[in-house]
Amino acid sequence: MADRIAQGRALEFRDPRKGRELVGLLARLCGQIGRAPISVMHVCGSHEQAIARFGLRASFPPELDVIMGPGCPVCVTDLPEVDEAIALAMAGVRIATYGDMLRVPGSGRSLADAKADGAKVEVVYSIAQAVELARQTSEDIVFFASGFETTAVATAAVLLAGTPANFSILSAHKYIPPVMEIVAEMPDTRVEGFLAAGHAAAITGWGVFERFVERHGIPVVVAGFEPLDILAGLACLLELIRDRRAAVINAYPRCVTREGNRRAQEALWRVFRPIGGQWRGIAHVPNGNLRLRDEWAHVDARRRFKIDLAGLWSFAPPRLAAECICGDIMAGIASPSDCPLFGAKCVPDQPVGACMVSSEGTCRIWHEYGGRPDLRR
Amino acid sequence: MADRSDAKIALKHGAGGRAMRALIKEVFVDRLDGSGGPGIGLAAMDDGAALPLGDRWLVVTTDSHVISPIFFPGGDIGRLAISGTVNDLAMMGATEVLALTCAVIVEEGFERAQLERVRDSIDETCRAACARIVTGDTKVMGHGEIDGLVLNTTGVAIASRVVPDSGLKPGDVVILSGTAGDHGMAVMARRHDLALRGDLRSDVAPLNGMIRCALDAAGDAVVAMKDPTRGGVASALCEMAQKGRVGIVLDGPSVPIKEEVRAAAELLGIDPLIVANEGKALIGVRPDAAERVLAALRAHPLGRDAAIVATCTNERPGQVILETGFGRRLLQEPEGEPLPRIC
Repeated sequence: MADRIAQGRALEFRDPRKGRELVGLLARLCGQIGRAPISVMHVCGSHEQAIARFGLRASFPPELDVIMGPGCPVCVTDLPEVDEAIALAMAGVRIATYGDMLRVPGSGRSLADAKADGAKVEVVYSIAQAVELARQTSEDIVFFASGFETTAVATAAVLLAGTPANFSILSAHKYIPPVMEIVAEMPDTRVEGFLAAGHAAAITGWGVFERFVERHGIPVVVAGFEPLDILAGLACLLELIRDRRAAVINAYPRCVTREGNRRAQEALWRVFRPIGGQWRGIAHVPNGNLRLRDEWAHVDARRRFKIDLAGLWSFAPPRLAAECICGDIMAGIASPSDCPLFGAKCVPDQPVGACMVSSEGTCRIWHEYGGRPDLRR
Repeated sequence: MADRSDAKIALKHGAGGRAMRALIKEVFVDRLDGSGGPGIGLAAMDDGAALPLGDRWLVVTTDSHVISPIFFPGGDIGRLAISGTVNDLAMMGATEVLALTCAVIVEEGFERAQLERVRDSIDETCRAACARIVTGDTKVMGHGEIDGLVLNTTGVAIASRVVPDSGLKPGDVVILSGTAGDHGMAVMARRHDLALRGDLRSDVAPLNGMIRCALDAAGDAVVAMKDPTRGGVASALCEMAQKGRVGIVLDGPSVPIKEEVRAAAELLGIDPLIVANEGKALIGVRPDAAERVLAALRAHPLGRDAAIVATCTNERPGQVILETGFGRRLLQEPEGEPLPRIC
């Protein structure tokens, strides 16, 4: 197994010759396991991006089913969270947020709709830019913050550095490890192993998965985002499945340690506390939402403003929303190609569901990279 | 046209992809008289028109050029306007330009010295292409009514044989005449003030001389040509696959891409295959002529990096399959504009 990891670590991360070797290895491992399907799940939009962009699925052995999990933070942001931002915007508060959040549908409309009606909604590329915006005005600026622990750390760092008095946060940040528990505990789960996201593990450390593995007996491999990283990570995972070994393997040692980034963790937990909450389309996830601690009440938009959702009740859900299967796609029980809207009535220009909005959404990724026809030879 | 999204023209309608072709077809081609008739006309939606003239062909093409910034590394709007039209003629097989026209629309307040700089560039590019401008037009519009400078050029040429973009058959190979993505990445880097190291330069150049070498080397064995401008190699190959009703298998690793372009593209998360080129051609040839054409291209200064990048198959007619070196997927035409107004 050490060899596998070394293959992913080699300086040339895009060496097709090594890719072919790893593909051959995946086929042999599936043969050794001797049944089908062998289902593993990744929980990261960036993994899906790389798999789609490099056409890896066409090289996976037919027995291997790599399922997309809830790996898109924008997509799992729950309707009421989006509604809170829209209600604030409609009440005249200036909202700053990442571009992806703009068109994510809430229960009846999106921030983009509110903006078209005259609400002040600004797209920013980073929270630092939102703070800059606040410094240039006396108006209240609320940063609608989404993202997993990787992005939440940036939010924490900015708050710790000090922000102007007219700046506050509406946190929709999410924490990945607890949702893996939910997926593992789903009664009809087929997931036999997880490919964990390397960048999130760079913050949390791979040690965070040890208790999970112990509790559920499902192996976890931390993998990077180059094609060889992913192939090597999958090979590690199949070896663990073959050997019926529940363990955590770090296949991304050039970035990830057991302890992770201590300073980042410290910043994260000084600012945020985990609480339970609904993830769109998935379930109630205990400890899955990151909310500001009491010490940060002064920058917490939920405590600074009275957010009145009643104003949104008159907006009916869009007609097509009832047909959208984003929830099933994020839970890993359906694929975009199972959706009657995919690529026809739901396209990046006119998205119906969140998965077609975000650049990390499975539908959007599939659409950009030519759908998923079976191109295996 | 009941679709709400299509009631107004969006940038995607000018991006060189499906949306643009649909707009042109629905609004113009299907409704304009004269799209039929002899030769290659509007209905073919090729790089230009070819009208029978005795036993030869009169080839005509026209192109409007807007670009921001007007001067960019490796070129400017003047060089772009001449190269664009000369290349559209060349892609039809018409490499000897009979004449060009040039219409200029200038925004009030535009610096005269800059206009003269653009003129010099037009002049220099015409000489390189052995072309001359025989008539033109000048308009000035109010401040804010257009963005700086718009050029329109029309070109005419006589050709003894016309090469359409629909001529691919299973078994044919496709040659790319050089590195992909140079123009689009250079303009993008300049537009966004990206402080990138390396020499990102547009490839904008008139290709008629190089194309003549390819045609002389293989004659009728050159069966389809297209210049991968807006929408890049991806868009051009998709169009060639659809028009020729063949599947095209593109071998990703053999597409020549400059290191600096690859790095910038990676940084920006943009696929070099969907980025515009202004000095490259995709040339479809019968398999037995491939090496001859390749050698002829490589002997020309603009074709030194030419490479065989794709083969045509019966598999999936109308679609392009990208072999990535790690797997394969369909190559999608870019839907919108990765970089607004780069050519």
